[in-house]
Amino acid sequence: MGEIQNLLAVLMISFGAFFMFVGSCGIVRLPDFYSRSHAASLGDTLGIILVLGGLMVYEGFTMNSAKLFIAIVFVAHASPTGSHAIARAAFRAGLKPWFKTNESDRE
Amino acid sequence: MDSFFVYISVILIVIISIPLYRIYLGPTLYDRILGAGAIGTKTLVLIVLIGCVYGRLEMFLDITLAYAVLNFIGVLAIAKYLNSARGRHG
Repeated sequence: MGEIQNLLAVLMISFGAFFMFVGSCGIVRLPDFYSRSHAASLGDTLGIILVLGGLMVYEGFTMNSAKLFIAIVFVAHASPTGSHAIARAAFRAGLKPWFKTNESDRE
Repeated sequence: MDSFFVYISVILIVIISIPLYRIYLGPTLYDRILGAGAIGTKTLVLIVLIGCVYGRLEMFLDITLAYAVLNFIGVLAIAKYLNSARGRHG
């Protein structure tokens, strides 16, 4: 039982670190602010859920596991909300989205 | 299992330092705020892993919850401020 628990925890934490790496690369590589905010919010949320879930599996049924569950629920609600708030502020300030074609070709 | 947590912590520090590029030369103000928020949410995971390495997870989990709430409120406050003071930022 302990072996299976450790294996599942290692797998979930590794996949979570991979998704956070993809999110970081997306913040650097993507072309405009809105796509960058998409990469940051989605990649970070899934990565944090996987890493903290893996630690829950590693801990078993304890008080720490309950606190980790509270942290997962909070992050799963807070991270997309914060990203949405920044994107809404940027859109209201008049930041233009990026298009693949030029301005002159798009009419 | 302890050495695995140390390895993941080191990898996570490298992952956290990637958005510093976007904070340093983001074209707009919003890119910088986004990078700072991404660093904050990833630091939360780093704190939990440090708690696992030190073997005092219950104390570090309380720090994690407080850090998550403060990060969320900070991002919301900056977004609200930029909404109210519109037109003066690039």
